[in-house]
Amino acid sequence: MIGVGGKIKQYSSVLDKPLSKGRQEVSLSAFAFLFSELVQYNQTQVDNIAELERRLEDAGYAVGARVLELFCHREKGNRRETRLLGILSFVHTTVWKVLFGKVADSLEKGTEHEDEYMISEKELLVNRFISIPKDMGTFNCGAFVAGIVRGVLDNAGFPAVVTAHFVPMEGQQRPRTTILIKFADEVLRREAKLV
Amino acid sequence: MAAIYNLFIINKSGGLIFYKDYGSAGRMDTNDSLRLASLWHSMHAISQQLSPTIGCFGIELLQADNFDLHCFQSLTGTKFFVVCEPGAQHMEGLLKVIYELYTDFVLKNPFYEMEMPIRCELFDIHLSQAIQKDRVVLLGR
Repeated sequence: MIGVGGKIKQYSSVLDKPLSKGRQEVSLSAFAFLFSELVQYNQTQVDNIAELERRLEDAGYAVGARVLELFCHREKGNRRETRLLGILSFVHTTVWKVLFGKVADSLEKGTEHEDEYMISEKELLVNRFISIPKDMGTFNCGAFVAGIVRGVLDNAGFPAVVTAHFVPMEGQQRPRTTILIKFADEVLRREAKLV
Repeated sequence: MAAIYNLFIINKSGGLIFYKDYGSAGRMDTNDSLRLASLWHSMHAISQQLSPTIGCFGIELLQADNFDLHCFQSLTGTKFFVVCEPGAQHMEGLLKVIYELYTDFVLKNPFYEMEMPIRCELFDIHLSQAIQKDRVVLLGR
């Protein structure tokens, strides 16, 4: 969990540490610098922005896969969501709360397509200190968070394409970030059968 | 009347990486601001050598007839200085706030290259908010 301050209790062995006591926080500054380095390193490895976005997403995917395993055990007593809305609210509430210290601002269903869902954040934690240069266009470092969401969904058996976008808000100086989730056909077919 | 005339940030080798003026008084063109920045950098360095006190960190305040210049140097050698009207208060505090904004929105931004001119939208937004807040405090006195 990322937040300001926090205390870490010392255990003699990692095996003595109870899994449920997972409320440690890490310094926001430390995370911001680490994330900044992650972006800078990946920038040296690519020649275009789409590639950079893909690499950040892959980094997030690995986090998502681990996060799903851990939170299902820690928060839900080894139960895993099997329904579409269940897993979405798990991402929106549990995952967000443990990773970012708060529930995501909103979870909506796409109006144009049945298979699209959106998680919106006024200010995504990873974007708090980041200003995108004008020449990078619509690039969003939220691609990392999109990767986390994709990692969680994919490993829970809900393959989806997840992307991060800036959406300008009326009366607001800064655009908000929307994580767009487009589920695979098989997920919706399975969901239809279950009803 | 605006208390602050201009704000400068110079990197450790004396290059101007950020300049902004507030109000019409003391406005200068790009060449002048660059010249003043590197001049201040040299004066600051010379003052450290010439100072009779041991362990001097350089000029912190320069007082002239029609302006005051407050300077703050960070541990890494980046200098922040404001030119303001004579006798303006709380400038050290303001410079600390600006330094904090610099560490947050410039140094934590992956797209900023060290020692290069600062072009960060979030830094600009928060800076103008901080200056605005400072003005309100000044008007409230």
